[in-house]
Amino acid sequence: MANWHELVLQQGKTMPWPYPIRYDSEQEIETDVLVIGGGIAGCWAAISAARKGVRVALVEKGDTVRSGAGGPGCDHWCNAPANPLSNVDPDEWAEHMAEPPYSNGIGIQIQCREDWDTLLEMEQMGGKIRDTDDEYVGAQGRDEKTKLMISPRYTKVHSYVLGVQKPISFKSNPEGKLNNVVIRVWGSTFKPALKKECKRLGVNIFDRVMITSLLTENGMQGARVVGAVGFNNRTGEFMVFKAKAAVLSTAGDWSLFLLNTELAGYNTFRSRTATGDGAAMAWRAGAALTMMERTGVLNLGTGFKHTWYGGAGDASYENVPLVDANGKRLPWPTQGWEDYGAMRPSPEVMEKITRGIQIGEYALPFWGDFPAMPEVERRVTWNLMLGEESTTRNIINSYGRAGFDPARHLLMNYNFIEGQSLPQWRTANGGGPVVDWNLKSTIDGLYVAGEQLFSPGDHSFAAATGRYAGRKAADYARQVESGKVSPEQIAQEKNRIYRPIKRTNGIDWKELHAGIARAMQFFGTQYKDERLLKMGLDALKEIEEVHVPRLFATDPHKLMRCIEDLSLLTHGQIILHASLARCASSQMLNFFRIDYPQVDPPEWNKFITVKLENGKVVVGELPLRYWGDMKANYEAHNRDYTGVYKGK
Amino acid sequence: MSQENVYALPNITTPSHPVIFNPDICTGCNHCIEVCQVDVYIPNPEKGKPPVILHPDECWYCGCCVNDCPCPGAIIFNWPVQQRAYWKDKATGKVLRDSQNL
Repeated sequence: MANWHELVLQQGKTMPWPYPIRYDSEQEIETDVLVIGGGIAGCWAAISAARKGVRVALVEKGDTVRSGAGGPGCDHWCNAPANPLSNVDPDEWAEHMAEPPYSNGIGIQIQCREDWDTLLEMEQMGGKIRDTDDEYVGAQGRDEKTKLMISPRYTKVHSYVLGVQKPISFKSNPEGKLNNVVIRVWGSTFKPALKKECKRLGVNIFDRVMITSLLTENGMQGARVVGAVGFNNRTGEFMVFKAKAAVLSTAGDWSLFLLNTELAGYNTFRSRTATGDGAAMAWRAGAALTMMERTGVLNLGTGFKHTWYGGAGDASYENVPLVDANGKRLPWPTQGWEDYGAMRPSPEVMEKITRGIQIGEYALPFWGDFPAMPEVERRVTWNLMLGEESTTRNIINSYGRAGFDPARHLLMNYNFIEGQSLPQWRTANGGGPVVDWNLKSTIDGLYVAGEQLFSPGDHSFAAATGRYAGRKAADYARQVESGKVSPEQIAQEKNRIYRPIKRTNGIDWKELHAGIARAMQFFGTQYKDERLLKMGLDALKEIEEVHVPRLFATDPHKLMRCIEDLSLLTHGQIILHASLARCASSQMLNFFRIDYPQVDPPEWNKFITVKLENGKVVVGELPLRYWGDMKANYEAHNRDYTGVYKGK
Repeated sequence: MSQENVYALPNITTPSHPVIFNPDICTGCNHCIEVCQVDVYIPNPEKGKPPVILHPDECWYCGCCVNDCPCPGAIIFNWPVQQRAYWKDKATGKVLRDSQNL
């Protein structure tokens, strides 16, 4: 037997839920620092808080050993300008990274200053960061002395910055040497090492527990965070955490705008567990959020298109030259050594390729020409980069089994032949709580890290900001007494989350999720104006009042999916409120209003913030660089920073 | 006729098999259940047998279950038909798919 249907066919009956059902029992845990979300940022936060000598509880919906976007692995440690092979000054690099409007200057400065230290600590814990087995001798970027493997990413060109195709020059790198800020790593070794270190330090880990709400002092919105509640998604047991400080290291929201009901987990670039729980709970607690109106367009991994990271994996994306059906090289940058990290064709080049297809200059389909690569570079790309990236190791495994050999075979590329994504298919992962130089939100006791930050970065951004938020939360927890939780707030939340298991029929989580996604597609994507956005709020309100009361779950797992739907619903409401508050269009925010068509007018170049005050939405604003001088402020807030961990 | 007992069952959730277990190699250690981010699996009611795939539709093909399996070959990926890959032999020009070996 393998799946449920086969089991039923074989046994003539279905099986009982395999875990004990404990909807009626309750556990109370008291700690100093509570970390919500056990991905990369959460594990790092727990470790750095525990190293400060405080009690730490780490709560994770999955299992911390592999959970989170970076759980399966990581191929690039980006933005480590403090590494010994770097040719740029970390502070200058941070300024450059934070230059595009609406970036997170605080997080970027932290990452640029502490990323290398963080990576060295990763190595201390057992993560592999060097080619110690001499597998890739002769590869470009490999340093024989340190055995570090520099990646071609960002070496001169930085295409992540919109429209940039030309080399960027740095004062600290006057000769224009390769920048050397990105390091190739063996990231599949990281997450188990992080969990092991958490355990060694005595972090109290609660796997398979979903936090659903923050607790605030006396249950007041906007008051200090004094804990959180949630439930075990296997047993249904209710969990109450009392804490002096909390770190919100939850994921972003990747599936608010789209649910492919057949491939629900495959639905976006991330797993279905990334449902904006953190933003929703911070919102209800009264924290100010920003960048909520920004959405991204989903290009890959919708289940309606191929996914780069599996199955039809289009691994011909990075470092691999693209050729047409006749073997003719395309003017498509490889993000490799030859083009110094340039990763996307310029609009002019794209136009040339598109026209070339029509007139027969380029024949479809296109292919990733692995055999054309130098042998060692091919191995670096296939075995190290794709073998260690979050979810691409499965490509190596399954294609290898089916006979794929990158020395002999070209891998198909899906550009053009699978069409474009709809503008209504979006991600909602750009926003998060407003934070200060301690990564503290606007409410006391609540710290934020990783993808939950507004304008978040990648794996190493999550690691560095998690590590930073953990130590700041620990410092705070050591200064304050325990706060007073409100029994009424706990009872209210318990009542909210257990409703779906009290019903035996109605609608399931997938139907509700798809309904929420549809409302967001209609009223909050390509076409926006006041009427549509307000219709969106009405549509979500109707879902809340009519359909949420019909939601039902048959076990604790589906209960979790139901409560995740409620996070999505709240997240959608926040996005629509924030969208109404921005009376201008913006290129960087991928935000266009019919009623305010002017793009990025100077008076609107600012962060819009939204928060709940006594249940009412309050709109505010912050200047684009509200964090001030990045170098000076980082230093002022980190005089006691001791660098790489030297403890036992 | 092929089936002895015909039950009334709803349509099968598809794709229904993100992975395929080899019961001859799998020891039923349930390590894959622990590393799964989304609880695609539950333990088999019969001890020592491969886990049951309960939520195949929630799989995001992250690969942790296969990558971390302590018994090589006990569990392998099985991409949905619509997500299978194409490649081409550079020497012969022959187009191949990853289902050739099935």
